[in-house]
Amino acid sequence: MYRIESKIDTGSSDFKENKAAMDKLLDELKSRVAEVKKGGPPHAHKAHESRGKLFVRERLNKLFDPDTPFLEFSQLASWDMYKNQSPSASMVTGVGVVHGREVMVVAHDATVKGGTYFPMTIKKHIRAQEIAMQNRLPCIYLVDSGGIFLPYQSETFPDRDHFGRIFFNQARMSAEGIPQISVVLGSSTAGGAYQPAMSDEVVIVRKQGYIYIGGPPLVKAATGEVVSDEELGGGDVHARISGVADHYAHDEVHAFQITRNIMENLNLPNPYALPRSAPEEPYYDPQELNGIIPADIRKPFDIREVIARVVDGSRFQEFKELYGPTLVCGFARIMGYPVGIIGNNGVLFSESSVKGAHFINLCTMRKIPLVFLQNITGFIVGKEYEHGGIARNGAKLVHAVANAQVPKFTVIVGGSYGAGNYGMCGRGYDPRLLWMWPNGRISVMGGEQAADVLATVKKRSMERQGKKISEKELQEFREEILAKYEYEASPYYSTARIWDDGIINPADTRTVLGLGIAMSLNAPIPDQKFGVFRM
Amino acid sequence: MPKKEIREIKKILIANRSEIAVRIIRACREMDIKTVAIYSEVDAAALHVLLADQAVNIGAAAPAESYLNTEKIIRAAQDNNCDAIHPGYGFHSEHGGFARKCREAGIIFIGPSPEAMEMVGDKLTARKTMLDAGIPLTPGMKLEGMDKKTIAKKATEIGYPVMVKASAGGGGKGMRIVHEADDLHAAIDASAREAQAAFGDGTVYMEKFIEKPRHIEFQVIADNYGNTVHLFERECSIQRRHQKIVEESPSPVLTEDLRREMGETACRVMEAVDYSNAGTVEFLLDQDNKYYFLEVNARIQVEHPVTEMVTGVDLVKQQIKIASGEKLPFTQEDLSQRGHAIECRIYAEDPQNNFFPSIGKLLFVKEPQGPGIRCDSSIYSGLEVNMHYDPILSKLIVWAEDRPAAIRKMITALQEYVILGIQSPVPFLKDVVEHPVFVSGDLHTGFIAEHFPHWQPKSADGLLKMALTAAAAVKPAKDKASRGEKATPETPWQSIGDWQLLS
Repeated sequence: MYRIESKIDTGSSDFKENKAAMDKLLDELKSRVAEVKKGGPPHAHKAHESRGKLFVRERLNKLFDPDTPFLEFSQLASWDMYKNQSPSASMVTGVGVVHGREVMVVAHDATVKGGTYFPMTIKKHIRAQEIAMQNRLPCIYLVDSGGIFLPYQSETFPDRDHFGRIFFNQARMSAEGIPQISVVLGSSTAGGAYQPAMSDEVVIVRKQGYIYIGGPPLVKAATGEVVSDEELGGGDVHARISGVADHYAHDEVHAFQITRNIMENLNLPNPYALPRSAPEEPYYDPQELNGIIPADIRKPFDIREVIARVVDGSRFQEFKELYGPTLVCGFARIMGYPVGIIGNNGVLFSESSVKGAHFINLCTMRKIPLVFLQNITGFIVGKEYEHGGIARNGAKLVHAVANAQVPKFTVIVGGSYGAGNYGMCGRGYDPRLLWMWPNGRISVMGGEQAADVLATVKKRSMERQGKKISEKELQEFREEILAKYEYEASPYYSTARIWDDGIINPADTRTVLGLGIAMSLNAPIPDQKFGVFRM
Repeated sequence: MPKKEIREIKKILIANRSEIAVRIIRACREMDIKTVAIYSEVDAAALHVLLADQAVNIGAAAPAESYLNTEKIIRAAQDNNCDAIHPGYGFHSEHGGFARKCREAGIIFIGPSPEAMEMVGDKLTARKTMLDAGIPLTPGMKLEGMDKKTIAKKATEIGYPVMVKASAGGGGKGMRIVHEADDLHAAIDASAREAQAAFGDGTVYMEKFIEKPRHIEFQVIADNYGNTVHLFERECSIQRRHQKIVEESPSPVLTEDLRREMGETACRVMEAVDYSNAGTVEFLLDQDNKYYFLEVNARIQVEHPVTEMVTGVDLVKQQIKIASGEKLPFTQEDLSQRGHAIECRIYAEDPQNNFFPSIGKLLFVKEPQGPGIRCDSSIYSGLEVNMHYDPILSKLIVWAEDRPAAIRKMITALQEYVILGIQSPVPFLKDVVEHPVFVSGDLHTGFIAEHFPHWQPKSADGLLKMALTAAAAVKPAKDKASRGEKATPETPWQSIGDWQLLS
């Protein structure tokens, strides 16, 4: 394959300005992530330690193989929500390596409100299970949670994707042969008790792990029976009497050793053998991405400059380069894995849409994973284009994306607006992982367009009612809309609500994609299947 | 004159690369002297860089930017507190200006004084100095302003055959070899015409033509106190395109008397220019065992190891000791030749293609070993051989009790020498030393041209080498495979190591 020839001048003033802007965004991101990684407040840490318990991130260190990567998800979940009472949504989720195999870990952070579930905690937990399910990753739950955070019960308890879904997923995964393992390192109360109870194998730490449907206060309230934690549901009870736990650990370190031993006996099938070449670093330095992405989101940039800093040897076999040029499609390799890359170089036209559908078809037929690099304002609008059938042509792209059975990965490298988000494999289209760059913006349309549209609607409605609206009032109305869009389009707004799997450093794009593809191969790639194409 | 005082040398900058830099570093190690290597951008992985105590990147690949950049080299020596600079051979080694700049910077230049270097460096000055000192030179003269009779008389004095050539230039323009007096004037006229056409100067030079000469040189070493000794001869008659490729000591042709006489002459040559440190006096020896002074090489030479092998003197260490002001630890009487040594130069070149440079990655290197085998080398498997410098890869030297045994040893050592990935002259050199004429010792500087005009490897060798090169080019599977485990490539989860998002 030929190497992309970069046209970037790393000495230009544009480059320096862009880099300065991106570096600033990155500094902010890093400091925010560092902040939430601390977990709960110092007094909670102290209490946690006084019980001889390890902090959640130390637990992960003990569980995983040494010197292996950990791909964390939703680090900034619930950022700026719930008065910031739930940093990282009270839990750590991610993929790590145990005995050479990738596993999904869902670990409560008991230093944050006793590890209780806020609405975003549940979403984060279910998202982790969804990733595990799609990629057939064994799940290890490090349980240390008081259950639902009661003040938010209405947003956590009853709905389809609320608390109950966690156990439903466990049952379904177990049925599919995806191992479910719980390590009980603290309380596992009420509904939470089902988490170990629904697992294939359970480890419990003596005099530290507790499992009960009702805790001592509830038991006393309900029956008047006075009972200690230990007598009610301690390690000895469950390992010796109830049989709820299968392995009895003397301490946490012992518990992780047992868990690692369990992993040795899962008899997992080999990952899907996607033919792989020798990995090669990109010819162009990924660090240069910071200077390439314009500080002003409205300024266009050539997505090939991004591709050149993500793929092996910066080599790219472009498909239909001269047709529908606003959608760049082509083959490349990432860490040796073949990928089909689809990136935006402008608004989607009919030509670019059908080109994308064609290219996706190639990849699914050849079982090549897809990578979407989103920087999209949407599909083209206007009479000429509606007459040209942009709706049905755009539908072809959306149809192909929706039905593509190969692993899909999406990175929002700029704007993600309107139906463009759908055509480019937004969250609704089940990419295996979806990452956001710190400069990313996501909303149904750009703030200015939304303000214009709403202002026009408002003006007409006022006129219909025979009222008049002054230019000043209209301007204030517009600014209100703009401010709302500005706030809600922020990557932090998105990541807080788990519309993505995390905000990443652009230079890490290659790494997260490489890890993601390798992880996805734990599930076989099925044959392609499409519905009816509207032609 | 060099100073007559002891200056301790604790650290040396080696202003060179490849095998000679490695050779000097090893000598320094043995003497407990620290070393600073210099290297150009393309040499970062070179062996001398890896071996030295310190290494300084001196600039771009072009020699003028790096190994010939006087200012940068001297600054590197000063910045790193070097007491001395060893120039090796080539590059700055015979550059009086560089030696002078070292002296001005207060750094010892390991070699002769700039004055001595300049005196022997200029051919005309050297010739005149030697003539004054009574050293035998190839007889010759400019024919300007002489009549035909005088010329004929002079030619008879010199003795036929004679060579006439253009005085003004080189390149063989106007060159004629005249075997008898009858042909002389026609040759001179033709030569003058060609000289006039080529250089605009019809002056013709006549000198004795030495048929089938041998190249015999004497290693001389002198201290700063006027003690000069020679370490006997090296015969370097095996040359291709005027470059020596096989050297040996002793020469199979020198008698004891001739050796003594030539050795003494060599010492006189050096004394005539107040030479100190190691140097070589080169002679041509004709078929009648008459010798003629050729030139002085004011440096350590590529072929110095054969002398070391037969005399037991470490020349590089002696160079350093002399430079620091020590006296020679031996006199002429203490020195003798023992056994026989042969050296083959291994260049990165293709003997099938007119010895053109052959560059690329060395896929596999295995050097011969055994008693009496020495490999002065700067290569290893995986090294990229670049095209910027003298293409020497290594020198293979053998020592044995006599010449036939040394030849046998060289043949076996060459058979063991494996260099895959580029063309090397190893099989060619083996054919040379195996050649019956070489074995008989009947050597002259035209030996290669006469006996190996269109050398080809034996066909089976070529095929085997192709197969081995292909095998070496295939990366060996991971160690795991050899332990009987699955040889699947590591996934990023295994290869990336400790990594986390935004940490």
